[in-house]
Amino acid sequence: MEIVLAKGAAIAIGGIGPALAIGLIGFKAMEAIGRNPEAQGKVLPAMLIGMAFAEAIAIYALILAFTG
Amino acid sequence: MDTHVALSAEKLFSIGPFPVTNSILTTWIVTLLLIAFAYFATRKIKAVPGFLQNIAEAMVEAFQDLVSSVAGDKTKVFLPIITTFFFFIIVGNYLGLLPGVGSIGFFETHDGQKTFVPFFRSINSDLNTTLALALVSVFATHYLSIKYLGLGGYLGKFFSLNPIFLFVGLLEIVSEITKLFSLSFRLFGNVFAGEVLLTTASTKLFAIIVPIPFYFLELLVGFVQALIFAMLTLVFMVILTQKNAH
Repeated sequence: MEIVLAKGAAIAIGGIGPALAIGLIGFKAMEAIGRNPEAQGKVLPAMLIGMAFAEAIAIYALILAFTG
Repeated sequence: MDTHVALSAEKLFSIGPFPVTNSILTTWIVTLLLIAFAYFATRKIKAVPGFLQNIAEAMVEAFQDLVSSVAGDKTKVFLPIITTFFFFIIVGNYLGLLPGVGSIGFFETHDGQKTFVPFFRSINSDLNTTLALALVSVFATHYLSIKYLGLGGYLGKFFSLNPIFLFVGLLEIVSEITKLFSLSFRLFGNVFAGEVLLTTASTKLFAIIVPIPFYFLELLVGFVQALIFAMLTLVFMVILTQKNAH
């Protein structure tokens, strides 16, 4: 019986970095909003854009998991 | 039956030598919807707007605030293409969530294997569409950069005599290529993964109540990805049309 791990390993390992990155971005954004609640209108869009960049790396790994 | 979302869009018929896939068909429908909305909303413009004109004004006003906060004095030039990117992508994403898109189709036999070919397919779940959008975005950015900085200023951003700036310029050329791939793959990956998720939730699990939270997730993802694509294009345009601040 063979066990093929390639696809699962691709997304599992490839998702660690982006998950940590998104968590850290959210952490710092929460801290910034907590220190200065009036800056929420400026911090929130920038946080979302940063999260989209970080999530793109996980999407690359997901594509490789589907097709590789 | 193993339900499987095909990675590439399936061909439905040919017009001459040109194959028409189900995602091209859906793209035509999205385009017709947007053009029809634009035509009917601006037919008779009144000072007290009617229903469609009101919606169009709200759309344009929301984006004007967003674009002017980033672009400043170049808002009038950037606004049309950024708003078009956003509304094309979001209408495409939401049309792909309607019942019937991706589920109504016919069976086709390819050398012994029966595959399901849907008539309509979410447009951004086809890499061709997202690659085309990314190409338009990158070409528009570079065209506007040449228009604002002139050919000399544009080339001066990438090539210079100082060796450090020359190295940075070469890295920026590489980063333009990766911009193309990252824009297209981000949108494609999010929407395609959403399609696979919805198909799995609707067929392998209990299909009545279970897909509902996934549909809400797809509503959110469709909106966020459209906004991200438009905002990234806007930010790249603003960066590339700025005069050198070195």
